[in-house]
Amino acid sequence: MKIVMAIIKPFKLEEVRDALTGLGVHGLTVTEVKGYGRQKGHTEIYRGAEYAVSFLPKLKIEVAVASDLVSRVIEAITAAARTGQIGDGKIFVMPLERAVRIRTGETDADAL
Amino acid sequence: MRLRTFLAAGLGGLALALLVDPALAQTAATAAAPPASVPNKGDTAWMLVATCLVLMMSIPGLALFYGGLVRTKNMLSLLTQVFAIVCLVCLIWVFYGYSLSFTNGQGLNDFVGGFSKAFLRGVTPDTTSPTFSNGVVIPEYVYMCFQMTFAMITPALIVGAFAERMKFSALVLFMALWVTFIYFPIAHMVWYWAGPDAIGDAAKALAGAADATAKSAAEAKLAAVKADAGLINQWGGLDFAGGTVVHINAGIAGLVGCLIMGKRIGYGRDLLAPHSLTMTMIGGALLWVGWFGFNAGSNLEANGTTALAMVNTFVATAAAALSWLFVEWGAKGKPSLLGMVSGAVAGLVAVTPASGFAGPMGSIVLGLVAGAVCFVFCSTVKNALGYDDSLDVFGIHCVGGILGALATGILVNPWLGGAGIPDYEAKPGELAFATYAFGPAVINQIKAVLMTLCWSGIGSAILYKVVDVVIGLRVTQEEEREGLDLADHGERAYNY
Repeated sequence: MKIVMAIIKPFKLEEVRDALTGLGVHGLTVTEVKGYGRQKGHTEIYRGAEYAVSFLPKLKIEVAVASDLVSRVIEAITAAARTGQIGDGKIFVMPLERAVRIRTGETDADAL
Repeated sequence: MRLRTFLAAGLGGLALALLVDPALAQTAATAAAPPASVPNKGDTAWMLVATCLVLMMSIPGLALFYGGLVRTKNMLSLLTQVFAIVCLVCLIWVFYGYSLSFTNGQGLNDFVGGFSKAFLRGVTPDTTSPTFSNGVVIPEYVYMCFQMTFAMITPALIVGAFAERMKFSALVLFMALWVTFIYFPIAHMVWYWAGPDAIGDAAKALAGAADATAKSAAEAKLAAVKADAGLINQWGGLDFAGGTVVHINAGIAGLVGCLIMGKRIGYGRDLLAPHSLTMTMIGGALLWVGWFGFNAGSNLEANGTTALAMVNTFVATAAAALSWLFVEWGAKGKPSLLGMVSGAVAGLVAVTPASGFAGPMGSIVLGLVAGAVCFVFCSTVKNALGYDDSLDVFGIHCVGGILGALATGILVNPWLGGAGIPDYEAKPGELAFATYAFGPAVINQIKAVLMTLCWSGIGSAILYKVVDVVIGLRVTQEEEREGLDLADHGERAYNY
């Protein structure tokens, strides 16, 4: 099992969700985050006081999947979240040791 | 049984007599003595409404305008400070503020009134206050309340200068001292006078004096009536609705305060951005609506000059809002909402002293200049000088107020569409206008501005120091980082 964590542009969430549902992935966690990579920030001006805002709002999605599904999940997120503009985000994959569904006590693959 | 009926009838008759008698007496009095002016119901009704409008400027108008401009963690501190000042000054005003502002102060009368109306002694539903027209009065209670709302908003304006760092307890003590030693004297100096009827009567007596003795006596009487006024009023300083009394006064006190208290932690390094420009826009718009009570209400009656003040309050504000918007667009690349709302407030401030004196076209020019000048001040001069006037109380209220006060001396000129300077002696009993002379008119305005800057600047500095010694002006660094909402008030503005 793997955790696939992706940082995406906020307005791409629905497309990514649809793509993952198409793969049979049911369930994902979304967090509002801020950060920076190669995309530059912007400037905000309040009555002439200029602030360089370098941390931009992004969404972090986390989805736990069976190992054999990882490549297709990565492809689906990449295709759905891409705009071609700088700042489209990144995908990270991490190993997942155990999973438990709290309601039933099912574990690992059954819990996903 | 019969006795009881008799008693009941007697008591009923007595009650009826008590009810009816004052009315009878009043009719008799009116019939006998014609000149005693009776308030007009239209004037009174308008002034009651105007008074409420000015309260609305402070709460919620100014409170939201300021609250939106600070960070989330300090939102409630601004709302609490403005609301508390309004309540505090309300009580101080009826205890002794009205008296110190609007009574004769005997030996100190040039600078401040006395205590003869402390606790509203002698003020009743029947007493009246003069307006700017001969023979027109309004109930003194209305005048007292209307002026009270000005005393409430002026100290509330100051808090923007040291927002996000002043201790609440220190603020309460400072504001009580500030209205007592700064606001009441300046209101007295600018606005306390005998009124048009007193001057008109004295001038009539002088005109009708038969011989030399009577004439010199009448001259002395007229001089005494004219001297029964505050210093700036005697100089002939023009301030229709509070350019000096409210805006320059609060603006310079704010500047002195932020200089003494120092910059906020993180100023120039951290993002100190407004947390809700939505609130700021709502507050700014409420200020504009309330300002009709402030400016048009300052005519104290409902007539053509009141309408003139209303027109000026419309057009100068619109001009200043657009002026700031376009100048910022050109200079910084984008037209901002905050810029436009700030421009509107700058225009309102600038037109305040001029609202009943300037013509509409003059007011538009004043607004255009005020928007641009205040923009340059807040965006360039402030940064160059490096002081942390959090919400630009100095840059908008003091700079805009000075601009407006000086412009009033120019725009009052009938040749520029102005209303002219009232003269109550030329034709005693009716309103005439003095021949306009540029030099004296502008010099009077400069004197009024300088007097206000000095009195409020120096006086406020002393009061800040006193409060610093007694309580300490500023919260600790830890409290400032945590935010005043939690540190001072134990609550937060938004619990999502």
